[in-house]
Amino acid sequence: MLAIASAVTVDPFVFRLAIFTLACFVGYFVVWSVTPALHTPLMAVTNAISSVIIVGALIAASAHAFMGSDAEVKAAFGMTRLFGFVAITLASVNIFGGFLVTQRMLAMYKKKG
Amino acid sequence: MSANLAAFLYLVSGVLFIQALRGLSSPETARRGNVYGMAGMAIAILTTLFSIRIEFGSLVMILGGLALGGTVGAVIARRIAMTAMPQLVAAFHSLVGLAAVFVAAAALYAPEAFGINNADGSLHMQSLIELSLGVFIGAVTFSGSVIAFAKLNGNMSGKPIMLPMRHVINLALVGGAVVLVFMLIGTHGVGASAQSLFWILTLVALVFGVLLIIPIGGADMPVVVSMLNSYSGWAAAALGFTLENTALLITGALVGSSGAILSYIMCKGMNRSFISVIMGGFGETAAAAEDDGIERTVKRGAAEDAAFIMKNAGKVIIVPGYGMAVAQAQHALKEMANLLKEEGVEVKYAIHPVAGRMPGHMNVLLAEADVPYDDVFELEDINSEFGSADVAFVIGANDVTNPAAEDDPSSPIYGMPVLKVWEAGTVMFIKRSLGAGYAGIENPLFFRDNTMMLLMDAKKMVEEINKAL
Repeated sequence: MLAIASAVTVDPFVFRLAIFTLACFVGYFVVWSVTPALHTPLMAVTNAISSVIIVGALIAASAHAFMGSDAEVKAAFGMTRLFGFVAITLASVNIFGGFLVTQRMLAMYKKKG
Repeated sequence: MSANLAAFLYLVSGVLFIQALRGLSSPETARRGNVYGMAGMAIAILTTLFSIRIEFGSLVMILGGLALGGTVGAVIARRIAMTAMPQLVAAFHSLVGLAAVFVAAAALYAPEAFGINNADGSLHMQSLIELSLGVFIGAVTFSGSVIAFAKLNGNMSGKPIMLPMRHVINLALVGGAVVLVFMLIGTHGVGASAQSLFWILTLVALVFGVLLIIPIGGADMPVVVSMLNSYSGWAAAALGFTLENTALLITGALVGSSGAILSYIMCKGMNRSFISVIMGGFGETAAAAEDDGIERTVKRGAAEDAAFIMKNAGKVIIVPGYGMAVAQAQHALKEMANLLKEEGVEVKYAIHPVAGRMPGHMNVLLAEADVPYDDVFELEDINSEFGSADVAFVIGANDVTNPAAEDDPSSPIYGMPVLKVWEAGTVMFIKRSLGAGYAGIENPLFFRDNTMMLLMDAKKMVEEINKAL
């Protein structure tokens, strides 16, 4: 049964690759339409959104070993939580800093009159 | 929360991020776009928090990290001077890179938490490759951005540092990294040996990042900043594959292509290939080539002369450059433009794509000084207008106005698109000295009859002109 399933279903990696490839094209067209006057806010906001990597950090910070795991595994999970905490802090600086500084910049762009 | 619902919400947040960038096509829609971006981020974070089981200790860490980082970020965003944007962006890039390194480390140390392990606790070869890519690009982004920050912030000289045999060293580092990845795959990601290989790989990438940026000179910084922006995106995307997360995949692709396009635009603005920028060293070899021993005279002017000429002009085009940012002269400049407008003079601003130290740097500074964005024009939109302008007022720019780019095939910047300021009736240059620009090239315009050199700090000079007006 398992063998049949793996023979007919597509590896989920292919789906992820499809999403990634299409997103590259979306990015290509969307970024070309950004006005050059807003290239600095573009960099600030891309900074902020790339910190969505925080989702990985959140999972890491909440990692807990199964009951009865040996000491080595427990130590590795302890380190993982620490990595998660550091990554959450770094990404938060970027998320809050990036969106707020973008907002501050965009508020300055005014029309004539 | 079910895995399917979570996956759907991550997709929603990815789409909101696309909307955030889409909004930047005009200043009117940009503010709403930024709100979409924030909403996307909130959805991604909440979705993650509701799909995992969090123990109390972890919750404290998560909230602590969010509060600590969020406070630091908010304070920086509020306090940072607009002239310091390039180094701030570089600093932010470094944080994304470092966060990517730690997330990759977490995935290696506890694959069970991410649900990417095999039954025996080992990792797929595919996951290990994605993870290695993520950590390598992340670490390069981190150390490269730290160097870029130091250069932009003046902690380090902007001069290129050329190590002997640096291409050989770089190739060896990349080769070493590939070997390390193979060894990591050999361990199946299990045990202390996998962990030490991972950190050696990180170290190699850190060194590589430093070596990648130190040979690149100050004038090429707009490309460097864009390039690191791109890398931070690819690092996120690689981890998006490892963590099987759609939001991360979409965002990584968006940011990666965004940075790549900006790098392309910057390279085109300098008429240089991306490869030659990466190879570095621009602005060192080119210097001192021009000294032909002929004593040439320049016409120096005073603030009163400049004020008189501009007051009687019909049209003045202002060309700002990095020197304006350094002198913080944008507010005085805006005041000058107002005074001129009161005299009935038409005032416009012309921006070269690589003016300043990052894409769009000048536009932000002018916006900060309340210059309406419909007075500000890009190179291709305004270059034909210099012929009808009475005065081209160049403040803190040099190379981007050098006619040698058009008529001197031996010039290192030959072929670079430049603002044709020399077609205006009078060209005024505000500079601190007669020195060459960042590219180390002399500007023949300085010696022309219709050029007036205003040698002083840009802000002081503009303030004196304002007094004279």
